Amino acid sequence: MATATPVEPVTLSNDEILRYSRHLIMPEVGMDGQLKLKAARVLCIGAGGLGSPLTLYLAAAGVGTLGVVDFDVVDLTNLQRQIIHSTADVGRKKLDSAAEKIKSINPYVNLRPFETRLTSANALELFRDFDIIVDGTDNFPTRYLVNDACVLTGKPNVYGSIFRFEGQVSVFATDEGPCYRCLYPEPPPPGLVPSCAEGGVLGILPGLVGVMQATEAIKLILGKGEPLIGRLLLVDALSMKFRELKLRKNPDCPVCGPHRTVTQLIDYNEFCGIRGEEKPVDNTLPTITVEELKRRRDAGDDLFVLDVREPHEYQICNLGGYLIPLNDLPKRINELDSSREIVAHCRSGMRSAKACEFLRQAGFTKVKNLTGGILAWADKVDPTMPKY
Amino acid sequence: MRILIPTPLRQFAEKKDAIDVSAHTVGEALEQLTAHHPELRRHLYTEQGKLRAFVNLYLNDEDVRYLGQEGTPVHESDTLSIVPSIAGGR
Repeated sequence: MATATPVEPVTLSNDEILRYSRHLIMPEVGMDGQLKLKAARVLCIGAGGLGSPLTLYLAAAGVGTLGVVDFDVVDLTNLQRQIIHSTADVGRKKLDSAAEKIKSINPYVNLRPFETRLTSANALELFRDFDIIVDGTDNFPTRYLVNDACVLTGKPNVYGSIFRFEGQVSVFATDEGPCYRCLYPEPPPPGLVPSCAEGGVLGILPGLVGVMQATEAIKLILGKGEPLIGRLLLVDALSMKFRELKLRKNPDCPVCGPHRTVTQLIDYNEFCGIRGEEKPVDNTLPTITVEELKRRRDAGDDLFVLDVREPHEYQICNLGGYLIPLNDLPKRINELDSSREIVAHCRSGMRSAKACEFLRQAGFTKVKNLTGGILAWADKVDPTMPKY
Repeated sequence: MRILIPTPLRQFAEKKDAIDVSAHTVGEALEQLTAHHPELRRHLYTEQGKLRAFVNLYLNDEDVRYLGQEGTPVHESDTLSIVPSIAGGR
């Protein structure tokens, strides 16, 4: 006769009862709810802007098993919003830093760190041991990967994303509700939607959105309230307006529809039109290094430095270049003299590469892109220049 | 009617967050919007003149894909939202 391995019943110690007392005295949570939280297994993808508040709150709330997937290292620009990391953590692995904070908030959490990038090769395996997936990633390929892996494994996807002062929250991939692909069947072409690194983000916004994701995860665990299934919550922190849109399950959805064509994970970089690593637009584009620019300027060469960043970036630091933001270039091209040698630059070299390509197509033959942008200038030529 | 412009597209609409137009259908409303702000056209339509698949349009709180697409009739009091894909989170 086969004997089933006895499953350890989930209970709370007296310490835990005291810790969770404000939950226990609420009828919506109570002992039953707190035990559900303790038995729950939530996987957070990313320990960054969204991951910071949501892992801290889920840990504090008593979620029993908390998985965190991250491969990144804390840097100074993270601290404006990634409140799980502190100044002393700069240079440390985000996973180590996050684990320390989570454990200090709640030592009862069974923390499962995964130091890896989420990929099509590991996602299904990683998701298998969890009940709910919370998406705190920062790029389209991983968003689609998380969604598809949630649909394929039947786990709800608590989704949140942010840009500048705008956020979106929903719960995707439940049995009855739509998935991310029902809302966005196709990703935007690369480069059309700027990332937070390119477009900036208000530091509190991931706090606002991440806490809403944590709230949804907890409601799913408790089975209480109305989860954001089939609803997309839009947050505009600037006007402080919240709007709600109705989402429907797309009958033609390739992942969750009745005639699905995606039955296993695919290559999401290819799906999002990204081939290989970040490639410059055109590798035949003439370039100039910051050292060369410095040498030629010092020698008094006639060079026209064109800065294609935004005016607020120019205020932070500049090379004394002529400012025409990339988007204004088509209508301001007549301000440029095609007979002069032009060196275009931006922050890191991506936007100025587009500017050079545009100028070359417009008949400018003497344009060069400053490799590495003003960041490279700060690194290699002028260490007193601020970086951003 | 009012068209709400999302943050990523405001740079192509003179930084405005909303634009009022007078139209009978969703298509007409977008036509007027892109006539005033031609830079937006490239972001909303393909070169063949079709609405891009990643651009979601909501008339009030309903997806126009489940109403009558661009032919959906609109009223003066309606709000048309352009809901873009955003992916930030770190």
